[in-house]
Amino acid sequence: MSLLQIDKMTHYFGGLRAVFNYGLDINPGQIRGLIGPNGAGKTTIFNLITGIYQPTEGLISLEGNKLNGRSPHEIASMGIGRTFQNMLLWRHMTVLEHVKMARYSKLTYGLIGAFFGTTKRHQEETESEDKAYYLLKMMGVDQFADQIVVNLPYGAQRRVEMARALAMEPKVLFLDEPTAGMNPEELVQMMDIIRKIHGEFDLAIFLIEHRMKVVMELCQRIQTLVFGEVIAEGTPQEIQNEPKVIDAYLGKELVE
Amino acid sequence: MELSSGGISTDKRQISSLIRVFCAQIPLLSWLLGALVAVALEHFIGRDFARTLGMRKEPMLFGFVIMLKKPMLMHSALIYFVVIYLLPIIVIARLSAASVNRLAAKLLDYPLMLSGLIHLGLLYAILHWWSEPSLYRAEVLKQTMIAVLLTLSLNLINGYMGEFSCSHPGFMALGAYASSVFTVGLFTDDKLFGAALLPQWLGPFFFPIALIFGGLIAAIGALAVAIPSFRTRGDYLAIISLAFMFIVKSLIENLEFVGGPRGLGNQPDWANRPVVFVTVVIGIWIINNFVRSTFGKALNAVRDNEMAADAMTVNTRQTKITAFLFAAFWAGVAGGLFAHILRYVNPGTFGIQKLAEVLAMVYFGGLNSVYGSIVGACSIRLLSEMLMPLALFKWIIIPLLLILVMIYRPTGLIAFKEFDVKKLIQPRKKLN
Repeated sequence: MSLLQIDKMTHYFGGLRAVFNYGLDINPGQIRGLIGPNGAGKTTIFNLITGIYQPTEGLISLEGNKLNGRSPHEIASMGIGRTFQNMLLWRHMTVLEHVKMARYSKLTYGLIGAFFGTTKRHQEETESEDKAYYLLKMMGVDQFADQIVVNLPYGAQRRVEMARALAMEPKVLFLDEPTAGMNPEELVQMMDIIRKIHGEFDLAIFLIEHRMKVVMELCQRIQTLVFGEVIAEGTPQEIQNEPKVIDAYLGKELVE
Repeated sequence: MELSSGGISTDKRQISSLIRVFCAQIPLLSWLLGALVAVALEHFIGRDFARTLGMRKEPMLFGFVIMLKKPMLMHSALIYFVVIYLLPIIVIARLSAASVNRLAAKLLDYPLMLSGLIHLGLLYAILHWWSEPSLYRAEVLKQTMIAVLLTLSLNLINGYMGEFSCSHPGFMALGAYASSVFTVGLFTDDKLFGAALLPQWLGPFFFPIALIFGGLIAAIGALAVAIPSFRTRGDYLAIISLAFMFIVKSLIENLEFVGGPRGLGNQPDWANRPVVFVTVVIGIWIINNFVRSTFGKALNAVRDNEMAADAMTVNTRQTKITAFLFAAFWAGVAGGLFAHILRYVNPGTFGIQKLAEVLAMVYFGGLNSVYGSIVGACSIRLLSEMLMPLALFKWIIIPLLLILVMIYRPTGLIAFKEFDVKKLIQPRKKLN
């Protein structure tokens, strides 16, 4: 059975058709890619699945549970983690606090624990701190744990955001342009990280990317989106040779 | 010119670094001991000493009022301050530092609660002795402690959650009236509520319940601001909360059974110094616990980026509603204490003036910080008492100070700092 299933999803912003008849099936452990020119509606699809917008039509389900109509935090705690294209971090909070915050839905001590500092709270907070340190170490940013996040270099901030998304223990991880603004060296490191987390947690990953190198090397299947419609879907090889994709997005030079 | 000014600035730096080195090796316990000796000194020889210096009695608020009222006595007020307060504190703190450091290190082996209680006990003893000689001091002290609780509760919304809420006087009024109705109705013979229903001696046991009742009523009132906060932010929510404050005020003015605009008096005298102290300490403890938990940190996440908070499983609605209700609860408790200190409340107290005062305390002390709230509330409260002789000019000097703080430290004096009791009371090591 597929993990995340989307059927005939359509979304209108007023009169503008942003996404039309979009379908997707992600199996456990799969890495999928979504490419397309700017303004094609890639991030809108992410926002529709994670509940920030509600689709006008169509059905979204995770492991058979319907996601339509749920609020973003419910969908997130059901197992969809994400990072953002423009890195939405909390500018007054430390790196460690970022990662711990994503474990919000896993905590059970409630307000009583929060007010009176019970032993249960102490246990759970220590546990989530340990998990947070583990993830930060894995991302190679544990030395920044007590720093305010805005003081970190750009690449480290990206890694913190990814560690934060992983702390939710998601089943599917959505990465919105994880390598945006990175130099070739950082790009290779980021690809290693994505491979590493994919191997370690057996995650399904769904990523939007503009860099062909990343998509072609990482993804098992790729969709190409133009003006809200999928014009081609297939393996990296197929996509590279598909005339429609070359016309609309890749351009001639890459193929030659 | 260049050279000499450079010389002065290095001098200044040297002095400030000297002070820093001096402070860094003295644990909190030593400061408390020093202060205790100072207030004991004042208790025993203060009045005689003041008379030999030519003052009628010991200066009430560290000599400030006297300096402003009778500038001729400025030197004696200064001498008094140095001899009675400054010298003993510094000398005792310095002398006891080494041995107290060892004691503090030993205290770390015991539960944190124990050493916390020892520090609080010392603090209470200091406040007790300090406020003993006059009713005026006792009154200022109680008002200051309530201001701390109120400021901290407003800081939860304006600092920790980053919304600009103007409704705090309204919450305070709800708490003040609800707890007053509770105590006056049950325990005193009153024109408005008839004879006492319960015997007087039960009263002090019911006072905590009265305060909690006031807090709960305030929290229910806060729903009127919390629910709109789901959909609005920033200026619009500020206007909604301002409207709430005026609604509460005019509601009370028009309710005849609590006395309308004439106010409600005759509250029993239960809010004495220890009760206020204990309530405020419990309030600070619970609020500090809350803001350091992940649920409390969720307020910061909602403030800094709500969309990201939502995507990271934080239930933003629940977070907002908790923040408003929790803050309003403590504002209500502060209001209850306030009503029982003055033993009279009227709706006029909870107007725009009160709002300006609390906002000033929050923004002066520092956003998102318990230290900041304590410092802000104490300094604004004491300043407005100290500058009393200046009459109208007080309202020029305090805002000017606020403007200066906003220019040089836009988020307040001590902002974004965690209040860690363990760090506060731990022994200090010698630098070098």
